[in-house]
Amino acid sequence: MGIVRAAGLRHDYTKYREDESEVKVRALDGVDLDVKEGDFIAILGHNGSGKSTLAKHINALLLPTEGTIWIDEIDTKGEENLWKVRQRAGMVFQNPDNQIIGTVVDEDVAFGPENLGVPTEKILHRVEEALTKVGMLKFRDKSPNRLSGGQKQRVAIAGVVAMRPRCIVLDEPTAMLDPTGRKDVLRTVHELNEKEGVTVILITHYMEEVVDADRVFVMDKGKIVMEGTPREVFSRVEELKSHRMDVPQVTELAWELKKAGLALPDGILTTEELVEALAALKH
Amino acid sequence: MLGEITLGQYYPADSVIHRLDPRVKFVGTLTFIVALFLVKGFLGYVMVTLFLLGVIKASTVPFGMMLRGMKAIIFILLITAVFNVFLTPGEIVLVKVWKLTITREGVLQAVRMAVRLIYLVIGSSLMTLTTTPNSLTDGMEALFSPLKVIHVPVHEIAMMMSIALRFIPILTEETDRIMKAQIARGADFKTGSFINRIKNMVPLLVPLFVSAFQRANDLAMAMEARCYHGGEGRTRMKPLRYTAADRVGYLVLALFLAAAILLRIFGGGWI
Repeated sequence: MGIVRAAGLRHDYTKYREDESEVKVRALDGVDLDVKEGDFIAILGHNGSGKSTLAKHINALLLPTEGTIWIDEIDTKGEENLWKVRQRAGMVFQNPDNQIIGTVVDEDVAFGPENLGVPTEKILHRVEEALTKVGMLKFRDKSPNRLSGGQKQRVAIAGVVAMRPRCIVLDEPTAMLDPTGRKDVLRTVHELNEKEGVTVILITHYMEEVVDADRVFVMDKGKIVMEGTPREVFSRVEELKSHRMDVPQVTELAWELKKAGLALPDGILTTEELVEALAALKH
Repeated sequence: MLGEITLGQYYPADSVIHRLDPRVKFVGTLTFIVALFLVKGFLGYVMVTLFLLGVIKASTVPFGMMLRGMKAIIFILLITAVFNVFLTPGEIVLVKVWKLTITREGVLQAVRMAVRLIYLVIGSSLMTLTTTPNSLTDGMEALFSPLKVIHVPVHEIAMMMSIALRFIPILTEETDRIMKAQIARGADFKTGSFINRIKNMVPLLVPLFVSAFQRANDLAMAMEARCYHGGEGRTRMKPLRYTAADRVGYLVLALFLAAAILLRIFGGGWI
């Protein structure tokens, strides 16, 4: 049994148009999901594919219209389990400014544990531990407003880590960051996954970010349309394109070369791999 | 364009007053204001002045910082002085020009009011100068928490205040950005009549409000995701705890208030 499991998940919402007519929009349309504890999962999809809606279901911020989602065997629909679900599945959002509550870094990290009612003596320890894990301990007394985007996002991650979740959902955490910030945040997330064994669900539309994931899900029109290891998914270039997704540049280049007649393997993910494959061709 | 707003004008230092519990400082400011309007007679004013000077000295905040707050009230100060000088009835007439008379009582009343107002401003800026906005909010939440019994949302108000403090610089920056964007498209915020300038603010305020609502929505979601469910069952990382110094502080305040009451009753004196 996985840490996050969904069966026949469907989510409808009503959209009000300017002429005051209502339209029913189906954001999720029968999603089945089973995430093994300790995995690094990436969910890909273009805008409006339903990936953010799915993320909010994992944290019980949204409840399914139909179907069920279980976090650590707890059904998110039960009102009495709401805080248990949110403690187990932490969530990091896109805009770092809009999710930091404290006016000082360590106060913000303490916000989650304070809400959970962790005893005072233990909060400080948790905050220090969480800030160390994301490499932000030396900024603990600073105002979040003085930090860079990547640093703020790491503080936000620390805020979730301090709640000791089993699983962290990151909803396009790097979309508003510069390249350095993106790299720092991704490294932090990978470290958490490898060293602490926290399950990570990364939602993104940057192909490069999913290369190191254990499993990739591609979403389109509220459905999971592709699933597999990055190599499996990225070797199906044409199928990906039909879902309006791109592949990493180097994968695309390898695919084009293969089409042009070179005997290259499918699903090349990194520049090094392509170099090796090309060098192997010469011999 | 909009400089960095220093809210609460906190002056960082490590003094006895800075280290005091915010609750002590808040209660202290209130006590000081009460005493200020309670005392009568020359001796009373001497005592209040000495107390104020003592606290200023202990706070190590430069005196000039305190006078900054004075600019804002200079107008009120002048008006009250003028009204008191001309409109206080009295027996000993000093000057009489046409229908206006200046009496000895009027002059004394004006001086009294001016001194009280100036001390009031200095006293309250001492609190904001030595306490960070955050601990001030914490202190107020703790002090007013008995009001929860009569359903005053004390925790919620404190939470709103601290969120406002966090978002002031962000929204300032945003205003700056929108302003620049509008100026680049030909908007004019600096010239024209007063009415026109206000009208020109509309294209600035609308996007600012839209973005503020968006941020509020995001923040609410982020808070819920981190299990926020009001003040109930919440613990604190840094709860307010009284130390020996705070107890001494309360004792000093009690003595000060007692002295002020005694001077009210027994102190006559010339003023």
